[in-house]
Parts: sequence; C-alpha cells; structure tokens
Amino acid sequence: MSATTETHRDDLASKTGMWLFLFTEMLLFGGLFVVYSVYRYRNPVAFHLAAHELSVFIGTANTIILLTSSSTIAMSITAIQKNNKKLALFLLGITVLLGLAFLVNKYFEWGEHIREHIYPGSPVLALRGNGDVLFYGLYFFMTGLHALHIIIGLIFIGFVSVKLFRDKISYDNYSLLENSGLYWHLVDLIWIFLFPLFYLIT
Amino acid sequence: MTPVKMEDEKTHIIPYRTFLYVLALLITLTLTSVAITQLYLGALTVTIALVIAVVKSSFVLRIFMHLKFENKIFSIAVIAVVCILSLVILITLLDYLYR
Repeated sequence: MSATTETHRDDLASKTGMWLFLFTEMLLFGGLFVVYSVYRYRNPVAFHLAAHELSVFIGTANTIILLTSSSTIAMSITAIQKNNKKLALFLLGITVLLGLAFLVNKYFEWGEHIREHIYPGSPVLALRGNGDVLFYGLYFFMTGLHALHIIIGLIFIGFVSVKLFRDKISYDNYSLLENSGLYWHLVDLIWIFLFPLFYLIT
Repeated sequence: MTPVKMEDEKTHIIPYRTFLYVLALLITLTLTSVAITQLYLGALTVTIALVIAVVKSSFVLRIFMHLKFENKIFSIAVIAVVCILSLVILITLLDYLYR
C-alpha cells in the first residue's frame, strides 16, 4: 500500500449526482406531460380518435420488452456483486439486444405512420384539423425524445460493458454500472407513462 | 493504485428471483391495464390506467432502482420531485378548467 498511490472514490456521491441528473430528466418529460394534458383537455374528440390509430399490440410488446430489459440490467448488478463477471456481461448483452428490439419495433411503427402521410408538417395531417396535428406532434416528439434516450442508454451500457470486460468495473467497483442501470430504469419509467397516455386512454 | 472507498456502506445484494418476481408482476399489470382500457369505462379508464402506471413505477423505483435499500434521502428527494410535478400539472389544469 505504501508504494502505491491511492485514488479515492465516492460511490455515494456519484450515485447522488446521477439521481440529480435523473430529476432534471423527470422534469423535462414532466413538462411535456403538462402540454399533453392541456391539449388533450382542449381537444378530447380528436385525441380520442387519433389514439385509436396507434397499434396497441406494438405498444404492449414494446412495454414488455422494456420492462424485461430493466430486469436484466438490474440482475447484472446482482451478478457483479457476486463477482460473476460472465453472467453480468451476458445480462448486459441481453439488455442491449432488447433495447435494439424496441427501436426496431419503433421503426416499423413510425414507418407505418409515415407511409400514411402522418408526420409533423405533413399536408395530409394538416387537413385533418388542429387536434390531430397536436396529437401526432406530441406523439412523434415525445416517443422520439424517448427513443433518443434509448439510443443514449444503449451507448452508455455498451461503454459500461467494455469497461466490465476490461475489468475496469469489478465486484468492488461497480458504481458506473449502477448509474447506467439507473438511467435505463428511468427510460423504462418514462415509457410506463407514455404507453397508457398514447396507446390506451382512447 | 487500489481505489479506496470513501464510506463503508453495506452493499445489499438483491437476489435474482426478486427481479424475476417483480418483472412477472409488472408484465401482469401491463396486460391488466391493456385489458381494462379495451372495455369502455369512460372517465374511469384514465384513472385506472394512470393508477396502474403509478403502481408499476413505484415497483421500478423501489426494487429495480434500489430505492428501498438506499439511504432514505433518495426516496424523499424522488417524492419531492413527484410532488412538484403533480403540483404543476394540478395548477395548470385548474387554470384551464376555471378560466
């Protein structure tokens, strides 16, 4: 110990910092939920009809995919705490695959809308009236921002996996893995509210 | 180069099966909310769907995000943020309802 230099680290502080960042994310999406509530209140019929056009099946499938991916990253933390690096890496790999599956579903879902000329700024959508324009504007913006968070989360988890592979993350030093988990759970948490608001409440 | 931990917090290892139980519960709740909202219940639909979403998120926060096993200050902070958000939504809606 005497000849080596000690690097001090504070896991609790890094976790606190991550949570503070997550609070700003909650407020960001919270603001969008306020906008959604007000426009829904002012255009009840249009929102009701437009929400019917979304595929409940794809929405439900994506919800289950995201919930499962949340449980796999949570389990990878248990694995690293038990010093099982292989299992931790495997579970992170599953998490990434599920995240990609979510994005593939999103691609087909959005592709279907765009083929029907429903996208922000579309003249066909404009003809359908203000309520539809607002509904689809919010739908594309909020699910798009959420998908952007999925992409960032996947990059974060990929980065963490490389560090874990190189033993930079280990059973006694895994706060970065925990923080990537927290971020991924937040993305899941936001989807838990986006899903009923856009797909179910019709 | 041995990193030294600044504090001696006890690490709480959550067993794998806990996560699997919670996952099963979350999927069940998702399917329940899908089934209920397919029935026509009017204004009640919104309430039920949101109540289920709140129940689901409390499980994600407490178990997946370890809040149950963390220092209480994290839970208090999350509750505070949720309260601020609810207050903003409530005041905005009151403004639109009684304008």
